[in-house]
Amino acid sequence: MDESIVLQAEHINKSFHDPVTIPVLKDVSLIIKKGEFVSVTGKSGCGKSTLLYILSTMDTDYEGDLYIGGQAMRGRTEKQLARVRNESIGFVFQFHYLLNEFTVLENVMLPGLKLGIHSEVEVKDLAMDRLNTLGIQSLAAKKANQLSGGEKQRVAIARALINSPSIVMCDEPTGNLDKKNSLIVFDIFKKLAEENKQTLLVVTHDQEFAQNTHRTIEMEDGRIIKQ
Amino acid sequence: MNARLIIRIAKALLLARWKQTLVAAIGVTFSITMFITLLSFMTGLNDLLDGLILNRTAHIRLFNEIKPSLDQPINQSKDYKGSYNFIRSIKSGSSRQEIYNSQAIIQALRKDNRVAGVAPKITAQVFFNDGSIDITGVINGIDAREESSLFHFSDYVTQGNPLDIQNVSNSIILGKGLAAKLLANIGDVVLVTTAKQQQFSLKVVGFFQSGLQELDKVQSYASIGTTQKILGKPSDYVTDIQLKMVDINQAPPVAKEFAKLFNADAEDIQTANSQFETGSSVRSLISYSVGIVLLIVAGFGIYNILNMMIYEKMDSIAILKATGFSGLDVNRIFLVIALSIGFFGGLLGLFFGFLLSLFIDQIPFNTPSLPTIRTYPINYNPAFYLIASIFSLVTTYLAGWAPSRKASKVDPVIIIRGK
Repeated sequence: MDESIVLQAEHINKSFHDPVTIPVLKDVSLIIKKGEFVSVTGKSGCGKSTLLYILSTMDTDYEGDLYIGGQAMRGRTEKQLARVRNESIGFVFQFHYLLNEFTVLENVMLPGLKLGIHSEVEVKDLAMDRLNTLGIQSLAAKKANQLSGGEKQRVAIARALINSPSIVMCDEPTGNLDKKNSLIVFDIFKKLAEENKQTLLVVTHDQEFAQNTHRTIEMEDGRIIKQ
Repeated sequence: MNARLIIRIAKALLLARWKQTLVAAIGVTFSITMFITLLSFMTGLNDLLDGLILNRTAHIRLFNEIKPSLDQPINQSKDYKGSYNFIRSIKSGSSRQEIYNSQAIIQALRKDNRVAGVAPKITAQVFFNDGSIDITGVINGIDAREESSLFHFSDYVTQGNPLDIQNVSNSIILGKGLAAKLLANIGDVVLVTTAKQQQFSLKVVGFFQSGLQELDKVQSYASIGTTQKILGKPSDYVTDIQLKMVDINQAPPVAKEFAKLFNADAEDIQTANSQFETGSSVRSLISYSVGIVLLIVAGFGIYNILNMMIYEKMDSIAILKATGFSGLDVNRIFLVIALSIGFFGGLLGLFFGFLLSLFIDQIPFNTPSLPTIRTYPINYNPAFYLIASIFSLVTTYLAGWAPSRKASKVDPVIIIRGK
């Protein structure tokens, strides 16, 4: 398999069965290569978020095949999938989902500590490095609930990057932010993609955001109409 | 690394809701405190009440009962072998009350390693003469030293030295009630008349209070030698041999064995005092039930608080799972929370239980029937503390089991998409 392929989905089908069977994704196939900055757009309800959660391994109720880093995800246990998410996937959601009980630094460190290949001191250095990259090192000691919305989202991005994932997945990362903060977050993604060659997959209905990415996948009614 | 991380997250979640945590822990602390106190106090009382009888009672008593012979002459006659023989008004034969060959029996018993101690005893029925009034009483001829070491005799001698009956010739220790009837003080001389109409003067050297008033009105103690003298019997005359066993539970079979071996009657303590054991076990049962009920109530408290915490922390659980924590990890986080509530609440409970027991131990408890007891009895058995800590961990584990399972089953997709 091609080394440069980070994520490959083949003939993904998914339906919701409650109360009647409604197909959500119809024969979706896509390939994301290393260093690509890809956006997925489409109208509300076209299945783009559903696709993202299947690609992220969190949703396992689908037909078709998914490969991350060349490894098949089908038939893996919940524990193995958790490990894959920990190791290879970074998440940024519309809502920040920081743990209020911890400081910013600890929030960023948690997935790194879970990975368990670096000592706590090393993970701390890595976390400070990520915060530096995003220009929020001064917030490290603050509690998560003391931050503004834009700051929280940047911390969430730092958390997504802690384990140097092969792909960062984002679900409407700017959906909750004002224009100014949206621009800041977009610039961060752009910088990550161009300077760090970080692979990014962003689901967004913000057309302006989508146009500025390297590649845009357009979806309609559960199908990819353009990629 | 993983375990440390799980404990760290559990700790953060616990401390974030420290008031709720405290309430849950106080529930456990309270129930463990009560459990410890209740058991210590109940067992203390049980020991006291049992001790009232058991400490002073021989585990096995060898004696010769006055009873009619089961083997009547007519049954031995060949002429009447095939018939039913009805005999009325059988009288007890002139069987002696003393134990035959008592010295040899005592020697043999002292060598038996199942027997912890042997104390010979003579009981003599006498009248205490107070002017024109005769008061019936019993003089127990005992070996004061043996009796003290085996049956705590000295504990019940409230005035005077129990060994004086051994050292002062013709001396007696009177039951408190008996002394009051006779208006006798220490140093006075009382007059006794035996069943055979012989009179003796005995010097009062002490008072005795058993805790059973009826007993104190008739009982008195003298040395074996003095009693033999009163009865006009030789120095090997002994009516009872009292045995203390190493293991009290062996008393019934051993009693049967000795009865056969020494050709005497033998009575074991279980047969003589069966009601005490029943009382003790029922009281223990009640204490355990109350303690366990308290713990179950505390368990429901923990269950509630964990459930609430899981609803509140749905987002955190979802993101933990999204970033690579497995369901098992989440399950463990909440179990650690439950168990640490149980552990720290339980630990405090043990401490407070001990303090409360100490306090109860200081409360004065004076009753004329229990001369050796000054405060409420408490049994500081470490086993209660062990049982309590195991119970607190088990209950909190069970209380945390269902909520933790629920937390581990949280589907991050539903939570994250729901926003």
